[in-house]
Amino acid sequence: MLGRFIIGFDMDNVSLARVTMGTSLAFHIVFAVLGVGLPVLFSVAEGLGIWRKDAVWMDLARRWSKAFGILFAVGAVSGTVLSFELGLLWPRFMALSGSMIGLPFSAEGFAFFLEAVFLGLYLYGWNRLSPVAHWLTSIPIAVSGAASSLFVVMVNAWMNHPAGFQLVNGQVTEVDPLAAALNPATPTEDPHMLVSAYVCTGFLVSAVYAAGALRGRWDEAHKRGVAAGMTMALVAIGLAGITGDSSARFVYTDQPAKFAAMEGLYRTTRGAPIHLGGIPIDSQQRVVFAPEIPRGLSLLAAFNPDAEVKGLNEFPPADRPNPIVVHLSFDTMVGLGLLLGVLSLVFWGIAWRSRAIPQLRPLLVALALAGPASVIAMEAGWFVTEFGRQPWVVYGILRTAQAATPAPGLFITLVAFLLVYVALAVTAARLLLLFGARRRQAR
Amino acid sequence: MSEAGAVAAVLWLSLTAYAVLAGADFGGGVWDLFATGPRRARQRQAIAAAMGPVWEANHVWLIFMIVGLFTCFPQVFAALALSLYAPFTIALIGIVLRGAAFAFQAHVREAIGRPIEPWGAIFGAASIISPFFLGTAVGAVVAGSVRPSPGGAEFVVDSPWTAAFIADVGAFAVALCAYLAATYLMVESRGDKDLQADFRRRAVGAAIASGALGLAGLILANAGARPAFDSLTGRGLPLLLLALINGPLALLAVWRLEARLARLAVAAQVTFVLWALAVGQWPYLIRPSFTVDAAAGPTSTLTGFLIVTGVGMALLLPSLYVLFRVFKGRNPAGAEEVRLA
Repeated sequence: MLGRFIIGFDMDNVSLARVTMGTSLAFHIVFAVLGVGLPVLFSVAEGLGIWRKDAVWMDLARRWSKAFGILFAVGAVSGTVLSFELGLLWPRFMALSGSMIGLPFSAEGFAFFLEAVFLGLYLYGWNRLSPVAHWLTSIPIAVSGAASSLFVVMVNAWMNHPAGFQLVNGQVTEVDPLAAALNPATPTEDPHMLVSAYVCTGFLVSAVYAAGALRGRWDEAHKRGVAAGMTMALVAIGLAGITGDSSARFVYTDQPAKFAAMEGLYRTTRGAPIHLGGIPIDSQQRVVFAPEIPRGLSLLAAFNPDAEVKGLNEFPPADRPNPIVVHLSFDTMVGLGLLLGVLSLVFWGIAWRSRAIPQLRPLLVALALAGPASVIAMEAGWFVTEFGRQPWVVYGILRTAQAATPAPGLFITLVAFLLVYVALAVTAARLLLLFGARRRQAR
Repeated sequence: MSEAGAVAAVLWLSLTAYAVLAGADFGGGVWDLFATGPRRARQRQAIAAAMGPVWEANHVWLIFMIVGLFTCFPQVFAALALSLYAPFTIALIGIVLRGAAFAFQAHVREAIGRPIEPWGAIFGAASIISPFFLGTAVGAVVAGSVRPSPGGAEFVVDSPWTAAFIADVGAFAVALCAYLAATYLMVESRGDKDLQADFRRRAVGAAIASGALGLAGLILANAGARPAFDSLTGRGLPLLLLALINGPLALLAVWRLEARLARLAVAAQVTFVLWALAVGQWPYLIRPSFTVDAAAGPTSTLTGFLIVTGVGMALLLPSLYVLFRVFKGRNPAGAEEVRLA
């Protein structure tokens, strides 16, 4: 009713629950990836600072940890929202799967606990602990950040490939929570998300310092900020390519409907081509405006140019994901990922030839843009996973539509959370900018 | 005790830890909102210094409890989510705003030396709203207002007395949070007699308010929330009696400025109340539809959860000890910052 008044139509509970959950995840993941990646950077910076008695590295570690204080807090509270929303929005999903996905969630809870404890020591302990003891507290932060990511993605992997139980007449029996956590999708999905967190952190950090450099600040701190970020980015983007490739090939065998949607393949094809971009048009059953690489898809997916790739036609219309969203998201992720990989190679190539951190204006502009681009690529990857799994919330077992809550008031909840997220994002951004401004004033 | 019983005990212990630790952080927000008098700024500073290093770790007890609940008692979690959607959602928004507001303020104070509005006011208001609605959720469960329905579960209020009881539990939770915070802050402000006197006055006020609301809760339970009344006067009676004896003793410790003893006594008071309710309604998790054993998930999951918890606690408890030792030991962070100011 309120929906009709504000946006002109009523949304059903399933759509409302999906939009609310999706917004919460998309918001949280930005803070979560920095929660995984930034501790590595400030730990290394402080270690270098202590080891070489270097004030610039120490100063960078302090700055990054201060920014991290805000980012972690927003990440922690938005993560709390998600743990509640699982039940509030999807009570039937949780009633079915709680006992199977609970163990990785519990382990993630402890990892998060340790991260919060040591972050308290790290943020407030600069003057209370010896330098080496203080540096040591950064290590559990970095380790538990990575562990959180691995544990929580196991849950998503389970939704993609439910394992570790038997379903007899709609009743779950013979639950093996370890087999559920270490399901067949975990070995490909887990590493890909972990390295993506480092990709985003690396490019975001170097983007901040590249943007500073473009405004005429090019001191030692800025050079090292760019260098540290791009070092992490270079290593991580290479690993993202490798893990992404194995993820895609796993999806080819494990979730053919998602794979068909990713590639916009409507009909089962032997020697299937790759569409580079383009828009899948349902009514024409093909992708338009897309250059094709003949046999490319079969070659990449199965290492065989004649391999058969299942099209959407193999699945009843009610079981198909939306190829427009999934294909465009997939190509966005892959396209941006390739550009980011080229950019980091070019950056380090020039740095190696000139024996200095390059200060070329076009390169700095590209670095400044690469930060947001890496986040877009990561979000697009999640769009592929999540929209590609539809119409299922637990692949092949439970439909998204059956899992949503019948509770009234979802529209108000959605609006409230949207307002809260906007307020948090705006304030966090304002504060981070304010830090930069204060530091320049102080100098 | 069965595995399900062991898990239920672990979860209730983590709820207790959340109440006595994070409850004080909510209470800190309450006293930030009601900071008055000539030492208003110093009060706020002491609250921020006391919360800063620990509030995020304290908050995780809630997440741990929620995760444990949906892992081991998924049907109960679903029933609570369906029947108490509104209070949980409001509490959740409050938790988000409170945490973010605190982090923003802590860092802004360092950068520009004063809080940015409206986050100061949001911090205080959200610190009242969240414990109130979490308290009403507890009230609804112990009052027997979460009932099975064709759709899963629904919230049912039998009489205005039931509603009054549930609201009273919410207010009681806020008062206890304020009480915890004021006594903890008495310990943290030992170096500043005037400031300590401010917090003592607040602790006495919160003690009287929570005592009155607690006794009112008993009367209202008798009138409109019989399951809660039966819990407290049945199996929960010994713990209820302990709370009734300990209450005045805690107030006496506060009055006599025995700060450390008061901190212990008030934390014990909250623990007695929570455990009187839990033990009282044993073996039910939610009366009258879910018993601990019947609502539990498969044994393999319960075992797995207990193992994960054992390993996790072996890592966590020493870490927590270090955290509290560094910031809440003989020379608490609060005392230092206050002296600097």
